[in-house]
Order: sequence, then structure tokens, then C-alpha cells
Amino acid sequence: MDWSDTTVQSTFRDDVRDFIMTRLPDRYQGDSGEGEDFSGGWQADRKSEDAKARGAAENWAGALSEKGWVAPAWPKEYGGAGLTVMEQFIFNQEMAESGAPSVGGMGVSMLGPTLIVHGSEEQKAEHLPRILNGEVAWAQGYSEPGAGSDLASLQTRAVRDGDEYVINGQKIWTSGAHFADWLFTLVRTNPDAPKHRGISFLMLDITSPGLTVRPIIDMGWNHPFNETFFEDVKVPVTNCIGEEDRGWYVGMTLLDFERSGISDAISYRRGQKELREFLVSGAGKQFTRQDFSVVRKELADRAVETEVLFNFAFRIVSIQDSGMVPNYEASVNKMYSSELHQRMARTSTKAWGLYGNLWAEDSAYSPMNAAHVRDYVGSVPHTIFSGSSEIQRNVIATRGLGLPRG
Amino acid sequence: MDLGLSEQQELLKNAAREFLENECPEQHVRDMEEDEKGYSPELWGQMAEQGWQGLLIPEEHGGVGFDFLDMCVLLEEFGRALVPGPFMSSVLGGGVSIMEAGSDAQKSEFLPGIASGDLIFSLALTEPSARFDESGIECEATVSGNDVTLNGTKLFVSDAHVADYLVVAARSSAGVCLSIIATDQDGVNVTPLQTIARDKQCEVVLNNASGQLLGADGAGWDLLKPIIQKYTVAECAYLVGLSQMDFEIAVDYAKERVQFGRPIGSFQAIQHKCADMVTDVDGSRFIMYKAAWSIATDQPDDETTMAVNMAKAWCSEATRRVVAHGQQIHGGIGFTKDYKVQLYFRRQKRAELAFGDADYHRELVAQQLGL
Repeated sequence: MDWSDTTVQSTFRDDVRDFIMTRLPDRYQGDSGEGEDFSGGWQADRKSEDAKARGAAENWAGALSEKGWVAPAWPKEYGGAGLTVMEQFIFNQEMAESGAPSVGGMGVSMLGPTLIVHGSEEQKAEHLPRILNGEVAWAQGYSEPGAGSDLASLQTRAVRDGDEYVINGQKIWTSGAHFADWLFTLVRTNPDAPKHRGISFLMLDITSPGLTVRPIIDMGWNHPFNETFFEDVKVPVTNCIGEEDRGWYVGMTLLDFERSGISDAISYRRGQKELREFLVSGAGKQFTRQDFSVVRKELADRAVETEVLFNFAFRIVSIQDSGMVPNYEASVNKMYSSELHQRMARTSTKAWGLYGNLWAEDSAYSPMNAAHVRDYVGSVPHTIFSGSSEIQRNVIATRGLGLPRG
Repeated sequence: MDLGLSEQQELLKNAAREFLENECPEQHVRDMEEDEKGYSPELWGQMAEQGWQGLLIPEEHGGVGFDFLDMCVLLEEFGRALVPGPFMSSVLGGGVSIMEAGSDAQKSEFLPGIASGDLIFSLALTEPSARFDESGIECEATVSGNDVTLNGTKLFVSDAHVADYLVVAARSSAGVCLSIIATDQDGVNVTPLQTIARDKQCEVVLNNASGQLLGADGAGWDLLKPIIQKYTVAECAYLVGLSQMDFEIAVDYAKERVQFGRPIGSFQAIQHKCADMVTDVDGSRFIMYKAAWSIATDQPDDETTMAVNMAKAWCSEATRRVVAHGQQIHGGIGFTKDYKVQLYFRRQKRAELAFGDADYHRELVAQQLGL
């Protein structure tokens, strides 16, 4: 058992740290990662009207690309860095520590790895390089109004017509579609088959005729996701990944890259440290509630819980590093992290008493630029998206503990 | 970065589990609840043959010379089997105290006996004030050279009724001092208390009891710090094993118990409790091992102190949640004396309170966070 780096690991960590320190554009220095609305991230900056933002996104993508670090997990033959799971973990840790934005979004994290496993050589050659050089950003079209946690009941229909599919239907929660160039999506190609066996995995240009992206404004007045409508959208059959009707299994591929969620733990720890420092500072004291003792132990609890989350992340990577595949452990991390996020936001807003309801970032009355009240709202969907807490507990209980399915 | 056990630790764990499943079954745990001594000298001797009482003690003093992390692996198994008796008292309260504070002569005199199981020790730390800080030590010590005379009452002293010696924390003119006293003298009066876990915690009344100084006079509180840290993490390790077993019993029960024509474990209301239990148990395990690792590898003092306080803050409360769910999943049967799960529920409370509960350690965490 060892919580510290080996010599090899610490050498790699130093390399990553040096690289970030010398190459990270000023725009991202001291940042705390991407905002809820993708603001400040690479995805938004590359499409920004501000030339400086576009330049920063391009420079950072270029710097990462030189090292093969746009896609650290991809094999080298496809332009990735082919890092081991432990190296990816260290890389992700250092990126999160410095607040450096990742590049490539869902193209790197989801579509690329899926293509590498299931795609044809033509598909790989067409799409992988354009993900790596930042030319194409991808969005994911999975959820539908009637298919949330029960994703396999999705109804968006694709009908084969010669060399094309014709798509009709609607997707929802399409995160970042307003910054994306391409969409990967799950559609129903066989309505008569059992629900998991009539789904196909398609890629399409987001500017395809008949495809409409409409913003959804969330309860924090941000625009993270969209509704996507399909009206007779035509997609070449060559854009199907894997076999027709087998798309569910393509989409659910267990991808062999680091999934510890370490960056959450790092950002929680940093957020709490900043909060505590501000609370005891002169500037912070004017906002702090008189009966501060009601918050004090909560803050200690959140710090302890954050250590528990770190350990959960370390556990995942050490399971993977020893050549095994985590079972229920990844669900524990997702559930625990998202619920801790909400507890943290609750504790933080509590510290400010009445000031905890001020929303304006630029008001002199807003403690810490109203970051906590915004997080209190912004953390609401974290226990819902990417598998709700209820789904995660089901997975832990049935897949992990072997309890009978209901 | 590696959160797995070493090969040696796996061997120790497997050997301990097999041994305790055979030698310390549920019936033995129940028998010892009613037993005056609270432990079986025969099992005590067998454990010594396994080298367990001497696990931490260096080979030159008759021990095995393993490290503290290894001890926590073993204690996890003790929690799982609810091993009754003075093991932690003697090994942590006696052995560790003498290793940390004893002279060479004291180490030679006492450690071989602790390792062989021939001597039983316990730590007399708390008093009727029930405090864990320095100001809780009010028992009066008069020190003359190497000799100490003690007057006062120590309370919640585990296994004092079967101990040959006590390590006593008391207050002299120089501050806190530690001493070793034999229990078979007129000035030592031991009365067992009835507790929720039916373990043997005692009142120890000292009336001109005499003993020998352990460590320098006035240095007692500093000397106690690493002893208390190890003992605290040891209690966490015990809680991890205890809650792991409680959780396993509950999951097995949920798979077998049928209501409304199906196993209750197929209901999400039960499944989600089980998911929360495994999260709490796993969370406890790694935060405990982080603290044990910090101690065993001699990490910087402030980091170790924080790790220990965080571990006990978390384990105290998380394992309480686990055993509460364990009871709820069992329904009425779990409330009966005959069914095993209550054994875990009652013992969890003892260990939750030992060396400070979650609130106590959370306060220490808050202080270290600068709050």
C-alpha cells in the first residue's frame, strides 16, 4: 500500500507539471476548469468572437498536440500518447491542479475511443485526425424526452433508403451542440426487435439539412445543452459505426481509460481551501454569519468527505493499474462525487447567511463573486446526468453486490 | 500509488480469517459476553502461537517485527470476527506504549512477555471526566526517582480486571507522567463496568498504588500522542472489519428473505441501502489505511495527525450508518438476541466512542483547517 509516487511516476509528474507551467496560455492560468456553460473552456473559446480566446484555444491545442497529449489515452498508432492508466491519472491530476482545460471534448473522451474499437479503417482515417487537431468538436445525442435513465427505449427513427438513413425524431440534453461540428447519436433502426437490439450508432454533420439545434436555458440561466430535432435528415450508411442494430453495444463499450474522477476531488479540495482562506480573511469576515459555529463542523465534514473521494479515485486507478477492471467502484465514485458536490455547495452558501442568496458576480455585496450560490444551483443536475444517483445505486446493488434485479 | 495489500499482508489476512472462523465462531463471542474474564486463555495462547501479540514487537524482544499497516490488516479481521478479549489493550495499550516510551531495560523486561501472551497489559488513560485531552488527566502521581505513587480513579479502562500491568497516565508536579503498575497490589482496586458491547471496561481506583516511571516525568502527554494515534487507527481498523461483516450479513439476508413473493433484495428501497453501506464501508477502509500508512511510513507529523483525525471522524459515523442499515434490512429478526447482527450493532458503538467519536475528531480537523 502506498499513497505516494514511485520514482518513475514522480518523474512523469514533473514532466507534465513543467509542460503545463511553460505552455499553458495566460487565459487559462489560475482557472478552475470549465464552467457549467462551457465558458472559459476550449470548446467555447475555439468558436469565440474574441480573437484572443480563439488564439488561446488554438495555442493550447497545438501545445498538447506536440506531445500527443490531446488524447493521452489513445494508442500511439492513432495519434494518441498511449499513456498507461497510471500516467493518464497523473496527467489528469496535474491538468486539474493547474485548472488547464482539456482539448477535444467528447471527440477525445467518447467518439474517438469508440471509433478505435468499432470503427472501419475509413472512418478512423476520416475522423480521428480532425479530432486531434481540434478541427472538429463532437456532441453526443443519446437522451430523448421519453428516454432518460431508460435510454434503450429511445424512439428517434432511422429508416434505410438506399445508401442513406433518413432520420426523424428528437434528442434532448445535447450538451455543447451549439459549439459542435458533428454529432454522434443512437437511433432506432429496427422497431420490431427487442429494445436493446434495434439501435444503431450514427455520426452526422451538425449542419445537415433538417437538423435543428435549439437552446435549453437551465435554472442557473446558463446554456449548457440543447434540444436537437431531426426532420428527414439524411445520413450516409457509411456513417454507421459497427453493425446496424448493434449500436447499443457500440455505445456501451467499456473503454479502457482512466475513469477515476480525480479531477472532481481536486477541484473540490481547491474550492474548499479558497473558501476557508476567504472566510478567515479580513475581506471575508464582513460576510460571515455571526453564528459561524453552525458551519464550522460542516466544513470539516466536507474536507473529510473529500479525502474519502480522493481515496475512491486512487482505488480505481490502482485496480486498473494492476490490470483489473473496476466493477461497481466507478458507480460509487460518480454517485459519491455528485452528492458531495451538492453537500459542499449547501455548506458554502450556509457560511454566508443572507449574503448566500446574492447572485451577481460583480456586486461588491457578493462574497467570492457569488460562486457558491451559483454552484448550489449548478450542482443540481450532477446527481442526474451520466446515470442518476438512483441508477448508480441500482448498478452497485445488482452488478456489484449481486442483489436480484427488481 | 497502490492501494492493494502486499503479498505478506494477503497471507496474514487469509491466515487470520481462516484461523478466526474456526477458533472464534459466533458462539464463542456470545459465550465471552457472559464470561467473567471475557476471553478464553486457550484462544489467547493460540493467538500468541500465531505471533499476533508480538506482531509489532521487534524480533530482539521476542516479536515478529511487522509494521503498523500489517497490524491494521490483522485488526480488520479481528473486527470481522468480533474477537473478544484484551488483544488491543495488551498490544496497543501495553506493547506500543513501552515501545514508544520505555527504556531498554523496560523493553527487555516487558515486551517478550507481551509478545508471548504471558503478560497482559492495558492502558489507563481516561477518568470520570471522560476526556481525551491533556486536561482530562487528573489522577495524582508522586514521583521519586524511578518510583511512582498513584492516587485517583481511572475509568473506562479496558480489560483491567485481567491485566497483569497497567500503563497509567497521571499528573505529577512536572506535568503528565506515564507509569507501569502491577495490578496485584493492595492499592489497585478494579471493578468491571457493564457496557453496551459487554466488553470489559473497568473502574480502576488507585490508592497509593506504586509503580515505575515510563518515560520522563512531565513528558507523558507528548509520549502518549503516538500511542493514542495508533490506538485510534487500530479502533478504525476494527470498525472496518466489523462493518464489512455486518454489511455482508445484511446483503446475504436480503438475497434470501422473501416477502411479497420475491427476495427483499430485489426492492430498490433495500438495494439503495446496500449501495450506501458498501460506499461507507469502502470509504472507511481507505481512510483508515491512509492513516495507518501515514503512521507506518513516518509521514510528516501534521499530515499524520490530520489523517488520523479524519479517519476516526469518518469511520465512527460511517460504520454507525452501516450497522443501522444492517438492523433495518433485517427487520424484526435483527432485534432478537439470538440473531447475530445485533452483536455487531452493539460493538460498533463501543469502538465509535473509543478515543473520541466523530464530533470530537471533526473538531480537531476543523482546528487544523484553520477554522
